[in-house]
Amino acid sequence: MSALTGEDAPPQAPRQHYLNVTYGVRSWLLTLDHKRIGLLYLASITVFFLLGGMFAVMIRAELVTPAGDLLQAETYNKMFTMHGLVMVFFFLIPSIPAALGNFLIPLMIGARDLAFPRLNLLSWYVFIVGGLFTLFAVVQGGVDTGWTFYTPYSSTYSNSAVAATAVGVFITGFSSVLTGLNFIVTIHKMRAPGLTWFRLPLFVWAHYATSLIMVLGTPVLTAAVVLVALEHLLGIGIFDPKLGGDPVLFQHLFWFYSHPAVYIMILPSMGVVSEVISCFSRKRIFGYKVIAFSSLAIAVLGFLVWGHHMFVSGQSVYAGMIFSFLSFFVAIPSAIKVFNWTATLYKGSISYDTPMMYAMGFIGLFTIGGLTGLFLASLAVDVHVHDTYFVVAHFHYIMVGGALMGYMAAIHFWWPKISGRMYPEGWGRFSALVIFIGFNLTFFPQFILGYLGMPRRYHAYPDEFQVLNVMSTAGATILGVGYLIPLIYLIWSMRYGPRAGSNPWKAKGLEWETTSPPPTENFLTTPLVTEEAYAYAAPDVEEQEGARVG
Amino acid sequence: MWEFPLFPEQASTIAGGVDSLYLFLVGLTAFFSVLIFTVIFVFAIIYRRRSDDERPEAIEGSHALEIFWSVVPFVIVMVIFTWGASLYFRNARSPDDAMEVNVVGKQWMWKIQHPEGRREINELHVPIGRPVRLTMTSEDVIHSFYVPAFRIKMDVLPGRYTTAWFEATKAGEFHLFCAEYCGTEHSKMGGKVVVLDPPAYERWVGGEEQGESLADLGARRFIELRCENCHYPGAGERGPSLAGLFGRIVPLEGGGTVEADESYFRESVLNPRAKVVAGFQPVMPTFQGQISEEQLLELIAYVRSLKAPQGEGR
Repeated sequence: MSALTGEDAPPQAPRQHYLNVTYGVRSWLLTLDHKRIGLLYLASITVFFLLGGMFAVMIRAELVTPAGDLLQAETYNKMFTMHGLVMVFFFLIPSIPAALGNFLIPLMIGARDLAFPRLNLLSWYVFIVGGLFTLFAVVQGGVDTGWTFYTPYSSTYSNSAVAATAVGVFITGFSSVLTGLNFIVTIHKMRAPGLTWFRLPLFVWAHYATSLIMVLGTPVLTAAVVLVALEHLLGIGIFDPKLGGDPVLFQHLFWFYSHPAVYIMILPSMGVVSEVISCFSRKRIFGYKVIAFSSLAIAVLGFLVWGHHMFVSGQSVYAGMIFSFLSFFVAIPSAIKVFNWTATLYKGSISYDTPMMYAMGFIGLFTIGGLTGLFLASLAVDVHVHDTYFVVAHFHYIMVGGALMGYMAAIHFWWPKISGRMYPEGWGRFSALVIFIGFNLTFFPQFILGYLGMPRRYHAYPDEFQVLNVMSTAGATILGVGYLIPLIYLIWSMRYGPRAGSNPWKAKGLEWETTSPPPTENFLTTPLVTEEAYAYAAPDVEEQEGARVG
Repeated sequence: MWEFPLFPEQASTIAGGVDSLYLFLVGLTAFFSVLIFTVIFVFAIIYRRRSDDERPEAIEGSHALEIFWSVVPFVIVMVIFTWGASLYFRNARSPDDAMEVNVVGKQWMWKIQHPEGRREINELHVPIGRPVRLTMTSEDVIHSFYVPAFRIKMDVLPGRYTTAWFEATKAGEFHLFCAEYCGTEHSKMGGKVVVLDPPAYERWVGGEEQGESLADLGARRFIELRCENCHYPGAGERGPSLAGLFGRIVPLEGGGTVEADESYFRESVLNPRAKVVAGFQPVMPTFQGQISEEQLLELIAYVRSLKAPQGEGR
């Protein structure tokens, strides 16, 4: 399995790399190396993922029986609120961009670091401060508004720790903006010689589109949070009808950010899938430019469709029709991506390594998630399924089946680069299968529940919904196990995994031309790019001239 | 217990139309999911890696294919849009002869007022085959009135009226849910819609404690609050007469017009200076805080019942 022709010697780790160049807590907490900052993010979001997962366990355990008997209603409401908050703001939004994007973008474009390394470290600290406020809210007794914070419940009626949570979300927003800004400048200004825009890996294109949303969308959420605070503290009538405000205005502001935020979560995963699919079919990606532009199209269209969350909110019938019309347009770039990925497999040389298993899982589940989005964009059907489990199922297919599958693909694909070691492949494939099965068993029954009419955020429910809920909880149990397996073997592999070598997948892309793990400065000499991305048909660089570094 | 439904009951005139579109979408989703899954599966087997040295030829892409798989989804989604939007548009407007029922949501109950004066909590009795128009508001946070068997849902907001309508087609009891998260007992904020055949409904509405009608209650309130001091029949000095006003287009002071509907009456009581009728001074005091949502709905029922003096209207 050696990556080098005619050599059977096992790959060796480079003598010095970013992990062993310095030691000690200080060297990590004050690091300006984008790779170490990426790992700081990776560790923090893993903690948040486990926390969010524990809330999910409580939710699914409660819903095994129709009566609200395990938790009190108030506790249950806090569980689903904090599950949503933690998973959205502290796991999914930072997941691929802040952890892996941070690590990979400079490597992929042949740069030494991001454009603003200090800003990068600051954004992690801002993220942590925001996270601590939210954890403080949990300790204070939690928050029960739903992650959507709808007014006037959140601003006037809830007795839970809304303020601390809102401050947490407010602060975390700045971390997103800083990361997005850093990526945009880096991608514009720091590409290696010869790396033109249309030679960029699609992972970088996806992050460019994501960063645009982060920079343009997040301030609106921040503004909405500030307005809630102003109303709460100074009694200025903005959302509360008793003060002359309009509660629906909050929904407009919230979804103006939070719908595009869905694309912050899914676009980076789409970038990952483009990399993985082409690597494991050893094929140039089919329709490179179309995929690149469809990412931008999704980013732009994402800002025009927020009103589809509000078809039954009392907004005008005509506004509903326009938002429905525009929402359908998002289906087109999404469909284009799916077709192009599938076409990339055609006449490829396909291997079934773990990242590829996740990427194929992504395509399938994202297809279902995307198509069920059509139900929600169609006005008459949405009236029935809005705020039911159908919506819950749909967005979990996108966010877990899509975004999280992409994240898992990415972790496995770049793990050799990050850690310098291989994870156990058999366990990797096994857990990918477990996750796929567990996921579908958890969320598919929820589509049926939703059309039957079970509203979301229900602590207790009528008896006839029990069977489907039990199935869902059974699936969630399998899913939970599926996530724990990689957590164990990845940690194990950091010490005991076989050495990876600089390019274990024979992948294309600058990040594979440097050592695993890479040196602090990424490349010993500035790389010169002479070919397009995914030039898998061309012979390996290494085969021509031997390994360039290490 | 281990028997469970997979499809909700159809109990309103619009349910069938919504379900047809839903089933079309299910078919479409099944078709494309199976297509994509199959193609991936087949490719993954046919083109599996046979030797580690394989270097398949590059395929750049194909303009023809890109256009094909952009145009086909575009056409399909436009069909779905048109279908969904036209159903929605049709369902948005209630028939003119609909029976009026008022709904007031509060944490965590539904309060219902029938025009005949009968009140219910967490239950709504309606006859088969008669359109029912709901005028809804909330006393506190946002709720959402949801009857799955009717395929209707509408948010119920504080500070304004929203409306929904349905015509039941089947006798029986159906779930009524609150679909918008509204706090601790959100999942308990529900009850049932009881659909009766017309004779049974007449018995129900006429039976027991048949009190004053909603309009009569409103009339009493109208006097209690001294509304009649200015808005007496044939008035025109301090305030406009309200006879025959409901549903008319009213010219406003400072230009513009407004339809004198429920929302306008509500606003005029709570915030009288917002839209003053042309030719009048903004002298009316606000009744904010002095009148509950239910009393306000009674007043509106009364105003609605006032016929125009010349005998026009109903």
